[in-house]
Amino acid sequence: MRFYLQKIGFYVVAIWAAITINFVIPRLMPGNPVDVIISKMGAAGQTVTPQTRHAIEVALGGGGGTWWQQYGDYIVNLLHGDLGTSLVDYPEKVSTVIGQALPWTIALVGLATVISFIIGVGLGMFAGWRRGSWLDNLIPVTTMFQAVPYFWLALILVLLLSRVVQWFPYAGGYDVATTAPGFSLQFIGSAVHYGFLPALTIVLSSIGGWMLGMRNMMVATLSEDYIVTAEAKGLRPSRVRMTYAARNAVLPSLSGFAISLGFVVAGSIVTEQVFSYPGVGQLLFAAVSNNDYALMQGVFLVISLSVLAANLVVDVLYGLIDPRTRAR
Amino acid sequence: MTTTVSMGEAVPEVAPTAKRSSIAALLPSLSPKLIVGLSIGAAIVLWAIIGPFVVGDPNAISTLAFAPPGTHGHILGTSQTGQDVWSQIAWGTRGSLIIGFAVGVMATVLSALFGVLGAYIGGAVDEGFALFTNIVLVIPGLPLVIVIGNYVPQSQRGLFLVAVVLAITSWAGSARVLRAVTLSIRNRDYVAASRVSGERTWRILIVEILPNLIPVMASQFVFAIIFAILGEAGLSFLGLGASGTFTLGTILFQANQALALTQGAWWWFIPPGLMIALFGCALSLINFSIDEIINPKLRSSTRSQRKKWGLTPAQIRQLEQENLK
Repeated sequence: MRFYLQKIGFYVVAIWAAITINFVIPRLMPGNPVDVIISKMGAAGQTVTPQTRHAIEVALGGGGGTWWQQYGDYIVNLLHGDLGTSLVDYPEKVSTVIGQALPWTIALVGLATVISFIIGVGLGMFAGWRRGSWLDNLIPVTTMFQAVPYFWLALILVLLLSRVVQWFPYAGGYDVATTAPGFSLQFIGSAVHYGFLPALTIVLSSIGGWMLGMRNMMVATLSEDYIVTAEAKGLRPSRVRMTYAARNAVLPSLSGFAISLGFVVAGSIVTEQVFSYPGVGQLLFAAVSNNDYALMQGVFLVISLSVLAANLVVDVLYGLIDPRTRAR
Repeated sequence: MTTTVSMGEAVPEVAPTAKRSSIAALLPSLSPKLIVGLSIGAAIVLWAIIGPFVVGDPNAISTLAFAPPGTHGHILGTSQTGQDVWSQIAWGTRGSLIIGFAVGVMATVLSALFGVLGAYIGGAVDEGFALFTNIVLVIPGLPLVIVIGNYVPQSQRGLFLVAVVLAITSWAGSARVLRAVTLSIRNRDYVAASRVSGERTWRILIVEILPNLIPVMASQFVFAIIFAILGEAGLSFLGLGASGTFTLGTILFQANQALALTQGAWWWFIPPGLMIALFGCALSLINFSIDEIINPKLRSSTRSQRKKWGLTPAQIRQLEQENLK
């Protein structure tokens, strides 16, 4: 029980920290967001009155009063689910805009992460099992893919697979001309077709890490005494490999998987930018390049919270899978 | 990969001898991986130092737009505005490496401060440091860097600021590992013995504990450099990099902005990425060798090792069959 209470306490503090960072950054940084927005509105030919200025300050959580009052207003607004109004999609609510982008990112990056984890851990298991085999020697090559900037890998894939041979479309989330979003076979087919290249980029650049981690744990586990015992008992090698070695070796990879699942929403900002994919990363970039501070804060908050949520789920599950982590 | 070193030379290094001094035991053994990694890494670092003096001005524009490599005296062709890509790469490599090393040093210092010091002092300080580390760990780095990068006006966004922001978002993972290692070392008997014999705290920390952490920290330092170079490249690619500095990410940003991809100007955006990849690869290879010191179980290549012992292929095969696994 103490274990879970400690965990819950940690998450409460972490959520508070994420919210506070979101509140503090605009105030600590040089440059005033309100001025930026007002000059932008002025340039667009809108009339700017002192009331407008005040309204923007309030919208950004900076309307008058002391720091503590502003902070209180900000948190009350958050609790009401009010993240402010987006400038990019004026006058949509920030929460609506994010809600539209979130499913795209979760589907694309989430699926790609799961695929990469399964293939990587599987290959890593065999590489660790047969050390010095061709598969084991392949590991430095796959870790090389990790050292490649992933947006650059994306550019190369676009060059090869959608310019040289035109197999996959270059940009977007689905074929806007022929399909509309919905649960039709045609739309899902189109989304898969458009999502293939971004997904391939993510899988290629992350698979090496899983392979290396699993391989190293496998090697370490194989030198344990209980493996020798299992062999001495005359168990089939496949049984020793799966139920004795791999089952224990996979534990650290699982907790790594948790962390990377948390970063699903955050991890592909630049990739989405290359493919003009209609996800959260693209949204954050649109917010950044248009000085849409409300949207920027909203996206950052959603990303932080999703990281925390994924970590929480796995922390709890991990306590069940590996009871040793519960004992202190 | 193994062709760069003859097998004969590597034998005395690989076989552990009792004569190796204590300092030599800390250094990685000269495996082919390490030699390849070190030579590529050294070549790139050297190029980053010397290159900018040799090549011309990377910003000098001309009317030669998108000249392919090798034409008009441009080794790697020209960009949309006729800038020499080869000079850009030289300056960009220097910029990227400066950021990489700066972040590597800062992140290592931060992680040592929060990981080692907290774990050694123990008690409430340790709890506080650990909580802080875990919170920083779950706060997503790249989005934070992007958000901060955007709040800072272009004119004030210098190299140093970008490095600091990258360092702040990248130390936490290493600190957590260092804390775990320090906790296990702190409770060993020899540390207790030195405490009982009246050694001062800083001496225990520096002389008794720190040497055991050096391999771990070295590997983290190398990893922090890769992370920083990649992070900076991503940031610059989005147009949020340091102003007034040329990095490999800046080149990729400019190439992407000028639609080099649709123009088929591959010589503009392939070399910078390749440079990062090559350097990252060299650092990974060095990291593999460091990993093998930290965890001797990983000393791999059983087959090539056995070849070096002078066994015949038949004997090796027999050994492999006996070693069921």
